[in-house]
Amino acid sequence: MMNYETVCGLEVHVELSTKSKIFCGCTTEFGGEPNTHVCPVCSGMPGTLPMLNKSVVDYAIRVGLALNCDITRYNKFDRKNYFYPDLPKAYQISQLYLPICRDGKVEIETEAGKKYIGIHEIHMEEDAGKLVHDPWDDCTLIDYNRCGVPLLEIVSEPDFSSADEVIAYLEKLRDILIYLGVSDCKMQEGSMRADVNVSVKPFGSKELGTRTEMKNMNSFKAIHRAVNFETKRQIELLEEGKRVIQETRRWDENKDASFAMRSKENAQDYRYFPEPDLLPVEISDSWIRQIKENMPELPEAKRKRYVEEFSLSEYDASVITSAKELAFLFEQTTAICSKPKEVCNLIMGELMRLMSETSTLPEDLDISAEDTAKLIELVCDGKINRNTSKEVFEAMFKQKAKPEEYVKQKGLLMLDDDSLVEETIDKVINENPKSVEDYLGGKQKAFGFLVGQTMKALKGKANPQSVNRILKEKLEKL
Amino acid sequence: MKIDTELISYLEELSRLKLSEDEKNKAQSDLNRILDYIDKLAELDTADIEPLSHPFEFTNNFREDEAKPSADRELILKNAPEKKDGCFKVPKTVE
Amino acid sequence: MDLSTMTALEIGKEIKQRRLSSVEVTKNFIENIKNNDKTINAYTLVLEENALKQAEQIQKKIDNSEDLPPLAGVPAAVKDNICTKDILTCCGSKMLSNFKPPYSASAVERLEQAGAVILGKLNMDEFAMGGSTETSYFGPTKNPWDTQKVPGGSSGGSAAAVAADEAPYSLGSDTGGSIRQPCSFCGVSGIKPTYGSVSRYGLVAFASSLDQIGPIGRDIKDCAEILSVISGHDFRDFTSVNRPAIDFSSSFDGSAKSLKIGIPKNYFSAGLDKDVEKAVLEAAEVFKKIGAQIYEFELPTVEYAIPAYYIIACAEASSNLSRYDGVKYGYRSKNAENILDLFCSSRSEGFGMEVKRRIMLGSFVLSSGYYDAYYKKGLQARALIKKGFDEAFEKYDMILSPTAPTVAFKIGENISDPLKMYLGDIYTVSVNLAGIPAVSVPCGFDKEGMPIGLQLIGKAFSEPVLVKAAYAFQLNTDFHKKKAQAFKGGEQ
Repeated sequence: MMNYETVCGLEVHVELSTKSKIFCGCTTEFGGEPNTHVCPVCSGMPGTLPMLNKSVVDYAIRVGLALNCDITRYNKFDRKNYFYPDLPKAYQISQLYLPICRDGKVEIETEAGKKYIGIHEIHMEEDAGKLVHDPWDDCTLIDYNRCGVPLLEIVSEPDFSSADEVIAYLEKLRDILIYLGVSDCKMQEGSMRADVNVSVKPFGSKELGTRTEMKNMNSFKAIHRAVNFETKRQIELLEEGKRVIQETRRWDENKDASFAMRSKENAQDYRYFPEPDLLPVEISDSWIRQIKENMPELPEAKRKRYVEEFSLSEYDASVITSAKELAFLFEQTTAICSKPKEVCNLIMGELMRLMSETSTLPEDLDISAEDTAKLIELVCDGKINRNTSKEVFEAMFKQKAKPEEYVKQKGLLMLDDDSLVEETIDKVINENPKSVEDYLGGKQKAFGFLVGQTMKALKGKANPQSVNRILKEKLEKL
Repeated sequence: MKIDTELISYLEELSRLKLSEDEKNKAQSDLNRILDYIDKLAELDTADIEPLSHPFEFTNNFREDEAKPSADRELILKNAPEKKDGCFKVPKTVE
Repeated sequence: MDLSTMTALEIGKEIKQRRLSSVEVTKNFIENIKNNDKTINAYTLVLEENALKQAEQIQKKIDNSEDLPPLAGVPAAVKDNICTKDILTCCGSKMLSNFKPPYSASAVERLEQAGAVILGKLNMDEFAMGGSTETSYFGPTKNPWDTQKVPGGSSGGSAAAVAADEAPYSLGSDTGGSIRQPCSFCGVSGIKPTYGSVSRYGLVAFASSLDQIGPIGRDIKDCAEILSVISGHDFRDFTSVNRPAIDFSSSFDGSAKSLKIGIPKNYFSAGLDKDVEKAVLEAAEVFKKIGAQIYEFELPTVEYAIPAYYIIACAEASSNLSRYDGVKYGYRSKNAENILDLFCSSRSEGFGMEVKRRIMLGSFVLSSGYYDAYYKKGLQARALIKKGFDEAFEKYDMILSPTAPTVAFKIGENISDPLKMYLGDIYTVSVNLAGIPAVSVPCGFDKEGMPIGLQLIGKAFSEPVLVKAAYAFQLNTDFHKKKAQAFKGGEQ
């Protein structure tokens, strides 16, 4: 069998989290009763006209800058014409001729190493409505709530050579978009979805093979499997001496296979032309400068800074920056308590453990930086020990407990009073003559046992350093 | 440019229209007469002329990003030929 | 008082001074509609009850001596492609024959705020596609000067209603001449405003980069007043221009002194009716007499205006009319089993032939493989046409031309020959392509007594100058005062 390489390109659709839709004032909120986030404009009634939302342009510029794109200074909108019941005007307002961003790149890393994926263009457009099949009447019901929710379509160059690279890119893209605050990128709600095109060619060949496309994929897992499946299918075809047909295929997640769609759905002639109801958008230097100045720090820059400024390991820094919420918790807590290493350990350890135990997503975290800093101070000041701190943190995580109140209520504070420790040690020495003898006879292990007994008697509330010191003094005096 | 029957059928499909044979023939001859006239344009020298899609070159009209109350669903559905459960109703679409 | 000889402003003044009441004026026009419209068919819907209610409300305000605009209490009627809240807006089409929009067009809102009483909705060519009002689903409108003849189109109902005393003024829309040409055919006055002057919100779109709503009235002064009411920036139309209100204060001094008027020689060529040519040239003489300077010149690219116009207008229309698919509003075919069927059957049964033809032509010029040769070429021609006007307006304040190459033709004469119908738009379409304003006012009659219109074209936002010239012309002529008689006495 010949050696083949895979060539993939992605078109990622991202719903923007602006307050209102791209061309009218209806909310962009997900869900809602059918057709309750709808007005005459987004339902395409005769005589209504689109009104462009400025934030959509702001967000698009922000994304373009983050993905190292050139920003198109003179933008126009175009109409893409096609009939489908989820598209009330029977055209989608989009950008064909002058998209807002072009020629960007994103660095990704897989086991195969680092590489750049080119961004061909990014354009602004409007989302369509939703069709629901009604089994009772065997008909289709249409809900236009999603109609007019702003979308960015991010079109990559065909730079991917494996499913792993595709996923690494999608994860990176999602991180960046979430950090930028432009989208929640929830694939399960459809606010991020991808069209994947795949072709194969003999290894080293310059000529691209015929590609197939799978539309509206909405899970990383499905995309990964689909790319691998399609690669394999195409190689098999070529090996059998057959041709790959350029077509749109549907990925069936249950059957774990892709299927050709009816050829009629492939033939599209969208008859794009300039949207006459909107004026061109001109983007000035000062507009771009203003957006640059207000750009949030992106995960990569954060990671670098964490390593340099806080001496975190590369690994720790990358885990913490993998989710915006974790990074914010880290930064805010560190700003209060100035103990980056402690904060990092707490996040990497207890927090991640609790999150995976309770299947909590980063965006659903509800932990305050003030409380977290307080907990770290309690530990570092020797007011509670490390084991106790885990219990306190769990209570903070699960019941929103306040660390100081919780420690007081549960009587978890360490003893400041050496007299009680001395008293207890005396008692332990008296009750364990055998161990005392062993220790004095040179068995170091016996010392640990005596410390343990003392801590047990004090219910762990003693400062271990004090217990060590006093026990040693007393034993030496014997 | 001559429009043949094949192109007429294609335009029907693009336009989501269904013409009778008579209508098709009439459309074909009408469109061909109109195109004959329109083809006059070919003689106009338009090299280096920037296409003008809009009469005036104004730019940058925006709406601030504020959510406004949507319309009552009753109003949106009022003119619908068929509706059900707050939705527009159509024959089953193939998925 | 004989309302049939009064302008809307004169009626408004009488109402304001309480020599007439809004209610009695409204009743008078409803009476005229009842008498004349069986013959004329200008209205697709008469809102008798609504109108009387509106009139009573405005009369109350007048009786309370509220300070109201000049046209308060004067009735008006609106072309049926202009949305009226909860009132049928059918666009002359079976497709929208049951459509009641949940909103009013901005222009209608502004009229109502200024105290207009809305008498009803006016007949038109289907989706404003046509030049004779014969393509209307609701039957043709008849010309009040000769009921065998068309009133022009597409705002045929709007012009005929004014000519037949069924409304003191009306709103029309103009995409390629649809206000000016029926004004010319019916002997009334009208303005096609600069693109962006009047909000298109609520105007059912035909060709979005060309459409404008405008006034039709008994004289140009009425039209100016109506235009100042309906124009102005509207946040709901992003192509509406944000600039100060049109100022007509210097338009009514009755002088045409030192106005430089250009006459494009090449407009007076084959295809132009001799009587029309004569009347228009005589009008130029009138302008000369009242102090204007007349210059002949060559306006290039005239012959490319119709091809460019039909490419661009049909392309935009094919997209704008795609939303009529039987799903959300309007006509739905009963014979559809699947969704594709629903689209195709609803559209095929709901649209008339002229609309279908233009949708297909529009789909063609945009389709893959033909875009550059047609649509793009059309936009380039448009650029050249605009340039031609720009250059002319460096020399002249305005351009004088016929509005249409002929007077009103016989019903049925051109309907089966679309190209012939399109050629009637020769003098009007380039104005829309360039986005500039133009007025049409009566300037004479042909041998058979049918009215002839003259067109004055100006640069963008020069409506006050055009109105000044037209007003001076009407002060010195009485063509606009002649009344149509043919409709009187019922069906002939």
